[in-house]
Amino acid sequence: MTEQVVTSTHYTSDASGLRSIAADFSSDRQAFRNVSWGKAMMWIFLLSDTFVFSCFLISYMTARMSTTVPWPNASEVFALTIGGTTLPLILIAIMTFVLISSSGTMAMAVNFAYRRDRRKTAVLMLVTALLGAAFVGMQAFEWSKLIHEGVRPWSNPWGAAQFGSSFFMITGFHGTHVSFGVLFLLIVARKVWRGDYDHEKRGFFTSRRGNYEAVEIMGLYWHFVDLVWVFIFAFFYLW
Amino acid sequence: MVDVPLGSTAGVAAPDVEDVELYHPHSWVTKYVFSQDAKVIAIQYSFVALSVGLIALVLSWLMRLQLGFPGVFSFIDANAYYQFITMHGMMMVVYVLTALFLGGFGNYLIPLMIGARDMVFPYVNMLSFWIYLLAVLILVASFFVPGGPTGAGWTLYPPQAITTGTPGGQDWGIILMLVSLMVFIIGFTMGGLNYVVTVLQARARGMTLMRMPLTVWGIFTASFMALLAFPALFVGAVMMLFDRVLGTSFFMPAMVEMGQPLDRNGGSPLLFQHLFWFFGHPEVYIVALPAFGIVSDLISTHARRNIFGYRMMVWALLAIGALSFIVWAHHMYVSGMNPYFGFFFATTTLIIAIPTAIKVYNWILTLWRGNIHLNVPMLFALAFIVTFVNGGLTGLFLGNVVVDVPLSDTMFVVAHFHMVMGVAPILVIFGAIYHWYPKVTGRMLNDGLGKLHFWVTFLGAYAIFFPMHYLGLMGIPRRYHDIADMAFVPPSAHTLNAFITIVALIVGAAQLAFVFNLFWSLRHGKEAGGNPWRATTLEWQTPETPPPHGNWGKHLPVVHRWAYDYSVPGADQDFLAQNQPGPTRAAPEAGHG
Repeated sequence: MTEQVVTSTHYTSDASGLRSIAADFSSDRQAFRNVSWGKAMMWIFLLSDTFVFSCFLISYMTARMSTTVPWPNASEVFALTIGGTTLPLILIAIMTFVLISSSGTMAMAVNFAYRRDRRKTAVLMLVTALLGAAFVGMQAFEWSKLIHEGVRPWSNPWGAAQFGSSFFMITGFHGTHVSFGVLFLLIVARKVWRGDYDHEKRGFFTSRRGNYEAVEIMGLYWHFVDLVWVFIFAFFYLW
Repeated sequence: MVDVPLGSTAGVAAPDVEDVELYHPHSWVTKYVFSQDAKVIAIQYSFVALSVGLIALVLSWLMRLQLGFPGVFSFIDANAYYQFITMHGMMMVVYVLTALFLGGFGNYLIPLMIGARDMVFPYVNMLSFWIYLLAVLILVASFFVPGGPTGAGWTLYPPQAITTGTPGGQDWGIILMLVSLMVFIIGFTMGGLNYVVTVLQARARGMTLMRMPLTVWGIFTASFMALLAFPALFVGAVMMLFDRVLGTSFFMPAMVEMGQPLDRNGGSPLLFQHLFWFFGHPEVYIVALPAFGIVSDLISTHARRNIFGYRMMVWALLAIGALSFIVWAHHMYVSGMNPYFGFFFATTTLIIAIPTAIKVYNWILTLWRGNIHLNVPMLFALAFIVTFVNGGLTGLFLGNVVVDVPLSDTMFVVAHFHMVMGVAPILVIFGAIYHWYPKVTGRMLNDGLGKLHFWVTFLGAYAIFFPMHYLGLMGIPRRYHDIADMAFVPPSAHTLNAFITIVALIVGAAQLAFVFNLFWSLRHGKEAGGNPWRATTLEWQTPETPPPHGNWGKHLPVVHRWAYDYSVPGADQDFLAQNQPGPTRAAPEAGHG
């Protein structure tokens, strides 16, 4: 096989905008220049997952609009009584704050990962995992409070049965995403801490060499889960 | 189009893409069972899918026996009949066609055709197969649970899917079906991500997107669509599972069952139909697009003619893929949804006919003045075109609201979609197996048996499904266990049903010849050599046949031209392989775009 004539598309670095996109897509080997396989895969997975959450949320909206019984009032249902005052949405405000803060620590972890600062990266990832776990914990508290008040997937004391079913299904599905995120954060943080990515240690299952990009890919997932929460928050608690 | 010269030799791409660090198997188990090699995974996928296909084939026999000779087979009661329908449909659509085209052909052909050593994430790819196998086992297990498999119809419409009276509705059947679908989707997502990323990011040097064989384009587009369509089914399955197991009312309206009001309220059965068909319609094209791609390559190779209008073929694939996401409610004209929706969805449905017609014309123009070799793969490819046109034309009938309303839920629908989605893709699968079997095993399939298999299958399929159109126009409903007592059914319809049944048994038996051929030719087939069809695409240029782990030996191939340089004037052979350097036309003229 001769290697001297390679008929690939010539790249000019001054291409910009649509032109550069067209140039990328008409090149050989890669449609997205300098995007690693792992990152491309995560982006496409997130696109697919977007469709899952969209279907959940649209189904919830349909259920809410087509049910014949009134929908429970969110600001009463999700209120906490602290020291005698009833504060609407207080728990959910704290949960949202915690999760969004965790995106901040995740972004910092990515930054330090590319500076190859092993320690700070691992610590920040652990903080992210901790915030994520706190979020899941508060969600468990919210679930148990609602269950205590008589909310079930099939009924609730205040109105449409679909309230409970949609609530447990959608927040449960999101909480599962957060929990898996925490798990993988811990795994990646451990690898960072051990220095696996400094000497490109091979993965246990895949036997692929790891590198610090794993932190960024983890971050993509984490920010996505965070973004989804914003929509769940808006459509479930504010509507 | 931006002016990027495809044939330019000015820029030599730096080897800036990571070479795959292949996982090297250490034992027999990691080499042949828990293998991370896409080719072994492809064979595993195909074997399981074809086995499920045989089960589904037997189920169709049982249904036909009941329809052809009602009352003769006492073990096929109404419940059993609905269970056969449901399992036959779901198995064929999801566990056979989708798995075979994407998991089977996708795994085998994508890395070879684009010049990669393997999929980008072989470990995830391996998981994909084993999860698929788990899904199949869960599905098949439902034959052996109390109450048997679900008999809800393959579309699983609630509320009847989970109420008393439907087989499996209050037993294990529907639960196992839904869980199996969810597991399948998880497994497919792992595979689908691999196929998409491999095509986008792991091609050989010189392999631009517009030099890829149409097979790869078809499988790639279908995989991408599946990643966006399966979520809707996943969500629908989760919600129905909760309705069944937890007693929620997502899809359950207030209703009376066996004289007793159910403890359900306010759910929307239409919501499930929307979710199901948002998956279900793209699913049709998830099966059809790989078939389109493969058939393009078969026709071009066996007519020794470059594909006509390559660029338009690619754009048509993409246009069909995009449009298929906004036509789903044409399955729901009689469901009671807002009638204005019908207007919109009928329009988009008919628009799909345009890119589809482009493809059919291009296939015919590829054949025009071609040097047509009527070997077995080509016979199947030609049969596909005819069958697809047939099924597509009846699709125009059903796509129009006013025509669909009287035809809906008749045998006409059964005939239409078996032609377009059953027979047509399966003809391509057969053609593709005859075409690529020599690469997979190093031996040719037996030609005589192949021709016998083809003619019985092709003519038989028409003898089965053409009369069904007629039955449908007479108003014979589908999914009826027994139509004997209806006044409008003439005696001739019963004779026709018996005829269809006998042909179906014969066609089914002919598939045994195919299965026999697959195993017999493994040892006794003619030695194929590396490139028996004198084809241009990269998989035929591997240094060894069958290709070993890693596909390419020491050096990855370098691509110099598109996939369709057949009968090039002045060339010393009648084809120029994609990795053959030299001054010839490097790409199709860009004029069409």
